[in-house]
Amino acid sequence: MKTVLPAPDISRAIVRIAHEILERFNGADSLTLLGIPTRGAHLATRIAKAIDAIEGGQVAVGTLDVTMHRDDLRTRSPKALLPTVIPSAGVEGRNIVLVDDVLFSGRTIRAALDALGEIGRPMTVSLAVLVDRGHRELPIKADFVGKNIPTSRSEIIKVNLAEVDGIDEVTISEGVAK
Amino acid sequence: MKHLLSINDLSREDAILILDTAAELARISDGPMKKLPTLRGRTIVNLFAEDSTRTRISFEAAAKRLSADVINFAARGSSLSKGESLKDTALTLQAMGADAVVIRHPASGAPARLANNQWMTGAVVNAGDGTHEHPSQALLDAFTIRKHLAKGAADLSGLRVAIVGDILHSRVARSNVLLLTKLGAHVTLVAPPTLLPFGVDSWPVTISYDLDSVISSVDTVMMLRIQQERMHEIFFPSAREYTRYYGLNRDRVNSLKPKAIIMHPGPMNRGLEITAEAADSARSVIVEQVSNGVSVRMAILYLLLGGAPIESGN
Repeated sequence: MKTVLPAPDISRAIVRIAHEILERFNGADSLTLLGIPTRGAHLATRIAKAIDAIEGGQVAVGTLDVTMHRDDLRTRSPKALLPTVIPSAGVEGRNIVLVDDVLFSGRTIRAALDALGEIGRPMTVSLAVLVDRGHRELPIKADFVGKNIPTSRSEIIKVNLAEVDGIDEVTISEGVAK
Repeated sequence: MKHLLSINDLSREDAILILDTAAELARISDGPMKKLPTLRGRTIVNLFAEDSTRTRISFEAAAKRLSADVINFAARGSSLSKGESLKDTALTLQAMGADAVVIRHPASGAPARLANNQWMTGAVVNAGDGTHEHPSQALLDAFTIRKHLAKGAADLSGLRVAIVGDILHSRVARSNVLLLTKLGAHVTLVAPPTLLPFGVDSWPVTISYDLDSVISSVDTVMMLRIQQERMHEIFFPSAREYTRYYGLNRDRVNSLKPKAIIMHPGPMNRGLEITAEAADSARSVIVEQVSNGVSVRMAILYLLLGGAPIESGN
């Protein structure tokens, strides 16, 4: 197991993503961050804090659980649902930034787009991820990336965040070859 | 979990998973997402060989909110009324490709018979069988109690629940005793001796014949319907006497603990086991039980059908 992103790099990546998001949308007024539980939700909260520190306001932040919209539900045992919290401003006409920890096949994000479509019609939807590890199975790309980490399919990327794992770090390890 | 036939099939953790899933489904369907695509393309058959309004509608609403296709199959107007056997009905459902059957049947054990023979491969959900069990009702009752009284706890530890009335004929009472005690609640059954089932002293409950001595100490009072359709003998001298001793009226509502809630699985006999005033009082959660029922049944259907098939079809 090798650490590819230590804690200081994660903090810097979050601040940089916050700046990039603000630059793209000319401020935080129309912005809503939606994190995908579990770790994406914590990342969204951290990016929101960084945005608030820069702008001095309070950017809308929530969570979006995609379990019920996944296309691989029937290949595993049913999972417990995680919280979905949509900020009071809703999604209608907003610039939504989805936040997740790792972008891999893109299927989670496809499910998130479907879930979002059920709720309303945002002005734009973009995607921020801490790690993009490649191997997309769908035409989906991230707009804001903490770090691109080229991997082989069998490797395992693990994002640890202090809120859930007690430590901030991203590790890579050799998985079992399929 | 392949079927839901009895509360006995569930561990405490299974039950809590169902309640937690229902809580999250209630939150998202009250708010942003009315309809979820999770069971798209799955077929759920509601097989109701006995009359029911709220359970059937509740299962139908739950299935539709999860985008399943629903086929309603009632006793009247189907071959069941022509004397078709359960086996032939099951084979028909199998041939139609039912992924799940929600069954209500006047014979205790009919859902288990459907599940444990090789007649069909789908999941079986017991929606009330004879005087045996009604697990989804118990789950929605536990959900309602937990929401009002558990103060954020996962189970019902320390809560006291009185179940009052026709215990003898009540599948709701049976399932509730099993589930509520599994979740840590203390259950007291209150009924005249004639309306308690044989062997009730071996149940994990306290038994009382006197509602007035129990009512002020419980957190939830659950009134049961006097099931006249199942009463072929005389169980109490008169309806008026039953009401006087076991009915929930204004005085008894006033002696409840400040936060205690009133429940009834419906349909109510207003004026018999519960007065209109008690049924419509601010402490009554009877209408809320119905809406919670949809969320709980969505959770049951999702957990039974949402994942990978447990026995692969090939």
